[in-house]
Amino acid sequence: MGRELKVSSIERGTVIDHIRAGNALKVVRILGIEGSGATVSIVMNVSSGTMGRKDILKVEDRTLSREEVDKIALVAPGATINIIEDFEVVEKHGVELPGEIGTILGCPNEGCVTNSGEPVSPRFTVVGREPVRLRCVYCEEETEDVEENLL
Amino acid sequence: MLPGRDIISMMDLSREGIEEVVDLAGELEDERSGRLEGKLVALLFYEPSTRTRLSFEAASKMLGAETISIDSKEASSMAKGETLADTVRVVEGYCDLIVLRHPAEGSARMAAEFSGVPLINAGDGSNEHPTQTLLDLYTIWKWRGGLDGLTVTVAGDLRYGRTVHSLARALALFEDVTLTTVSPDNLRLPEDLVGQLDGLEVREGDDLEGAVESAEVLYLTRIQRERFADPEEYRKVAGSYRVMPELLEGRDLVLMHPLPRVDEISPEVDDMPQGRYFEQSANGVAVRKALLSLLLEDGDG
Ligand SMILES: Nc1ncnc2c1ncn2[C@@H]1O[C@H](COP(=O)(O)OP(=O)(O)O)[C@@H](O)[C@H]1O
Ligand SMILES: [Zn+2]
Repeated sequence: MGRELKVSSIERGTVIDHIRAGNALKVVRILGIEGSGATVSIVMNVSSGTMGRKDILKVEDRTLSREEVDKIALVAPGATINIIEDFEVVEKHGVELPGEIGTILGCPNEGCVTNSGEPVSPRFTVVGREPVRLRCVYCEEETEDVEENLL
Repeated sequence: MLPGRDIISMMDLSREGIEEVVDLAGELEDERSGRLEGKLVALLFYEPSTRTRLSFEAASKMLGAETISIDSKEASSMAKGETLADTVRVVEGYCDLIVLRHPAEGSARMAAEFSGVPLINAGDGSNEHPTQTLLDLYTIWKWRGGLDGLTVTVAGDLRYGRTVHSLARALALFEDVTLTTVSPDNLRLPEDLVGQLDGLEVREGDDLEGAVESAEVLYLTRIQRERFADPEEYRKVAGSYRVMPELLEGRDLVLMHPLPRVDEISPEVDDMPQGRYFEQSANGVAVRKALLSLLLEDGDG
């Protein structure tokens, strides 16, 4: 097919494709894989037929489970997850925003108990999907500003 | 029917849950008994509140429970040395139920997670005050025997007034309720909220006179001076939301107010049959008796 791989092939791992351009680092942060020891390569601003420009992320030697990746739908709703084994794509699926989001965002309400020095981490219920709308489980304030509130 | 062992937010309550509470409140309203004898209720008030605290204390004692409490002064000095989470873990060790008033939004939900005993939210900052909403619902229920088919006008500050938001959400759980709103332009019911009130017919009214024509209940909230940059504007607006006897004379309608009022209800209204705000406030004791009973009797089978 003569298609060129922008990053060297990996033998085993996970490739996250079709990330909205500019959001690859946010995906890395949401996945919390910086400190995991895994080799991560990021390709930014690749031209893509369907979405203009996109980012791609490759995580070597780690197969990310659905629960782990679904939360990236917050910043990369159209992403495709490709599981690679023996250099081949053996599984491919999209991402779907889960009903509850754990501690990857802070609560925008300054008066919220999660911002008051108490031993509690913010959690959110997804109350709208397009656009994404989250309600803090604690103070019940709702927000659509997902990216600004990423921790 | 109640959502587990805690009362944190009206958002957790179903129609059935609300009905269970108001039914039991009706049964217990005049009761003085030893029903909750041997139970110890801890009142943790991190903010001044006389009415809510007294009302919980009265409810506990009328049913034979004992209370221990810390007031806002003690609580704020304690808060300097210790997190709320730790205080809750200490107190739950020797009481059967905690009633919490705390300035941080979400504090009640968090405290309940740290507590092994049931917890009732008596106000978490500007977020929720479910026992206030339940007593509002009970007042209407008692007066007309149910909540289906109600026509209610809410007036005043509908934007920041959380009592009205909670009440509207709760009424949306009932059938054929019509909610008419009357407020200054800058204090309208938030659009987000209106979008979530499926099942409630929301109408915008022009003025109090028009809106009381068909309403069975007029629920008034205070308009605060701080919401207006121009004091003259405030005076004008506040004046047009003042309830005078002429507005209510001869109407089959009840006037409710979460209290404290300032001057939005003329004192002459107090003695009219339509003025029900003191009765409404007293109904808080019955509702709190019901909640204490539901939460404390549960474990005993
Ligand atoms: N062995 C591999 N190592 C690294 N990346 C790979 C490997 N195989 C496929 N990819 C990448 O995974 C994504 C999905 O691959 P593929 O299913 O072949 O293409 P597409 O989804 O574009 O039809 C693409 O970005 C591709 O470059
Ligand atoms: Zn919050």
